[in-house]
Amino acid sequence: MASHAAAASHGAVAGHDDGHAHHHHTTTGLDHRKIAIWAFIGSECMLFASLISTYLIYKGKSLVGPFPHTEYVDAAGKVFKPILDIPVTSASTFVLLMSSLAMVLALQAVQLKGQPIPAGAGWWTRAQRSSQLWLGMTALLGATFLGFQAYEFTSFVREGLTLKTNLFGSTFFTLTGFHGAHVTVGVLWLMSLLWIDRTRGLTPKDELVVDICALYWHFVDVVWIAIFTLIYLIQ
Amino acid sequence: MSHDHKPAEHAHPSGATYLKVAAILTLITVIEVWAYYIPALVSSPLFNPSLLIMSAAKFAIVVLFYMHLKYDHKLFKALFTGPLIVATGTIFALLFLFAKITL
Amino acid sequence: MATLATPTPAAVAGSDAKSGLWSWLATTDHKRIGTLYLWTALAFFLIGGLEAVMIRTQLARPNMGFVSAETYNQLFTMHGTTMVFLAVMPLSAAFFNFLIPLQIGARDVAFPRLNAFSYWVYLFGGILITLPILFQAAPDGGWFGYAPLSTPAYSGVAPGSSELKMNMDFWVAGLQVLGVSSLAAAFNFITTIINMRAPGMTLMRMPMFTWMSFVVQFLLILAFPPITVALVFLMMDRVFGTTFYQVAAGADPLLWQHLFWVFGHPEVYILILPAFGLVSEVLPTFSKKPLFGYNVMVYSGIMIGFLGFGVWAHHMFSVGMGAVADSIFSLMTMLIAIPTGVKIFNWIATMWSGEIRFTVPMKFAIALIAMFTIGGISGVMHSSPPADLQQTDTYFVVAHFHYVLFGGSIMGIFAGIYFYYPKITGRFLDERLGNVHFWLNFIGMNLTFFPMHFSGLLGMPRRIYTYDAGQGWDLFNLMATYGTYLLVVATAVFVWNFVRSRTRGAVAGGDPWHAATLEWSIPSPPPEYNFAKIPTIGSRYPLWDLKEPTWNADPSGHAVPSDPSDLQEETASHTAKALGIPMPYPTAKPLFTAIGLVVMFGGLLLFRDHHAVGLTILLTGAAMLIGGLYAWLTSPLE
Repeated sequence: MASHAAAASHGAVAGHDDGHAHHHHTTTGLDHRKIAIWAFIGSECMLFASLISTYLIYKGKSLVGPFPHTEYVDAAGKVFKPILDIPVTSASTFVLLMSSLAMVLALQAVQLKGQPIPAGAGWWTRAQRSSQLWLGMTALLGATFLGFQAYEFTSFVREGLTLKTNLFGSTFFTLTGFHGAHVTVGVLWLMSLLWIDRTRGLTPKDELVVDICALYWHFVDVVWIAIFTLIYLIQ
Repeated sequence: MSHDHKPAEHAHPSGATYLKVAAILTLITVIEVWAYYIPALVSSPLFNPSLLIMSAAKFAIVVLFYMHLKYDHKLFKALFTGPLIVATGTIFALLFLFAKITL
Repeated sequence: MATLATPTPAAVAGSDAKSGLWSWLATTDHKRIGTLYLWTALAFFLIGGLEAVMIRTQLARPNMGFVSAETYNQLFTMHGTTMVFLAVMPLSAAFFNFLIPLQIGARDVAFPRLNAFSYWVYLFGGILITLPILFQAAPDGGWFGYAPLSTPAYSGVAPGSSELKMNMDFWVAGLQVLGVSSLAAAFNFITTIINMRAPGMTLMRMPMFTWMSFVVQFLLILAFPPITVALVFLMMDRVFGTTFYQVAAGADPLLWQHLFWVFGHPEVYILILPAFGLVSEVLPTFSKKPLFGYNVMVYSGIMIGFLGFGVWAHHMFSVGMGAVADSIFSLMTMLIAIPTGVKIFNWIATMWSGEIRFTVPMKFAIALIAMFTIGGISGVMHSSPPADLQQTDTYFVVAHFHYVLFGGSIMGIFAGIYFYYPKITGRFLDERLGNVHFWLNFIGMNLTFFPMHFSGLLGMPRRIYTYDAGQGWDLFNLMATYGTYLLVVATAVFVWNFVRSRTRGAVAGGDPWHAATLEWSIPSPPPEYNFAKIPTIGSRYPLWDLKEPTWNADPSGHAVPSDPSDLQEETASHTAKALGIPMPYPTAKPLFTAIGLVVMFGGLLLFRDHHAVGLTILLTGAAMLIGGLYAWLTSPLE
């Protein structure tokens, strides 16, 4: 899609007077969009800091259960076991961690496009060259993580924990819900990139666009690292 | 697009480095989860700090290597570190104000 | 890739649409967007002022029945909300938009379409939050919307119905929308300032307005997320029945306050720093001297921004946080007075031994220094928790923040408007009318707010719609009301001048004030492309280097001779096309996307009581948002 590459060229309009419209001077030599995404990530740090703070502030303050790590017996005598499932969430955490690996390999594959593959290269060397493989892998692993989240949310609801049940429910679903929404946006973004790769093909010129998606994706992973420890492991 | 790019990005991790990083991240995660299942450890005052340190390490590793901050222009380090300091400071201040931690 | 030196015919047709409604709806030009912000913000300023007039009329005498208590709550809530979010912030945004690219030698901002998007989202968000007042359903929980008052438990139910009053729903939705606008703009300006400076313009050669604006953008991107989260929690309590602020479920009523003020305190620096920046442009020009202590002014601005994140709980000294918390926040608040005070002294030193011209912008700038100092003194009084226990929630606080916001932000903005009007329109505002405006404004402002120090210390609480006679407050309230009416006259004079001078004002050239910075090196109004030739910068005051023969290059000793061809006042007659400068295409995609966003929030507002309709509207808005965004991202900029 020529227009996408054209969009990829949009940046400094402090243009040039010699008529070369595609060469935009920048003060730092860096692309506008990379600066903007890092500023965005900085802002997101504060967003998740506020959500995480609230979760931690309300930790242990719910008047009724279910609770994350301890048992709860309600007025009718019904027993609710601790609702967090560490083995399952450890698996989903691992999946998300591996998706970051896939993302990094996807970016590398885009950077290496067009470079000749050395003769006698093994399967791994060749595999590293396939951006479609790694973009697809990242999206798949991201979607798998979302699958785990969906499973977790629905089983919690079945076990008696909803948004409205108690402070734990409100804060837990909101925090992990925001995170899940970010993952969803990331998966859709990856699928768009995959689509472009399958239609017109990504080239090293598209490195920046893939890099920006990668930065976003890794940040979403990093937030989960914090959430996994603070919600699931710390008691 | 920028044809005059990548002066600072020569130090480029290879696929092998990325795999090593992934292995380290996996290892730390395994240790974290493993620690969770040791009751003696869980009830000791060391548990929370060690978990926090381990996840901070994972956080830093992903940011420095996968997000390339170690190799990129220092502007990006500034753009990330400033907000990170404000964000962590705010979390600690709020936890203190709500008496979840004490000085 | 559209890498054509000569635009295609289609592009020519689009970019030639310089007038007419469509050219405004589809503009991506930062100057036009700045103008849109200016007019819209001034309109909201008048609306907020009208709300103030009604408030002061009600309070002119004891126990007046001009408005009911419920209406009064809506009035003071909307007055605060309008002035903070719809007037002062967008007035600053008008200057960010118009001025920053011109000051740094750029042809536009980094993301022109995102820029347009920010404006449209602001306009629709402003309408969303203001329209309900016509139906007596305006937000009524204060501009700070404290929970649990703003939660369903206390928001009350509309009489004769089982539905929740929607007043605060509009507030929650409106502020979220406005937050999107501010955040998008902040990412834009951060990128612009970092990455689009003309060759030779190091950070420490940037004009002060750009520097202060740069700090403000960082405050915006870090302060808005906490209030977004606080609002999300409130919305979830109101729409989905969660318990974030339900004390009965174990929630802490202080959660809202902390999250709000973590935003709220940096917000006040967001409100004042641009005005400080404008003053720092005006004072040197009319003192014919460089700004005293440029480096220190930059560092103080940065310190104010950074420390501003550490003082928020000084708005909460009466809630019982304990001695340790009170002391820490008290200390931090006193500390932040230092960089602020430094700026006051540096401004005075700038004027000292200068060749002062008392133009109208200069008068407003000097007035800011005096009025902000008064507001700063009452502010320092608040920083002591025991003293604040008497002052908090009284009119003493109202006096304080109006001195810093009206005497500070608004006066600084007026200084900027009088100073930059010639650059924007090519004509001067009338100086005589300007003087009338200034003096009426100055007297009116002081007459309105100075008495409040007294009524406040005598115990008059905030947010009451009547008061009994004989408590010692009567005279002060009457004076304040008279002052307000004087301000009405002052503002009317200003509006008359503003509108009339567009066509009748004296013509101004490129550099009518003999100023020093880049924006004055091009014609007034600037051509579409701003600079025919991107200048190379050798010092902080490039125009004085070029035009003032006796001027000493800046003392840093690193000044480099400027190129006289950087004076480009004669290039107005050229078009971008003729000069081979590619310009962004006009496009209405940002407008369309903005509408989609606001429609989504509209759907959310309806969702609670009308599930099906609300959901349909929400999804329609989402489709518009995603569709608009997709079309936007896949079409070329220029």
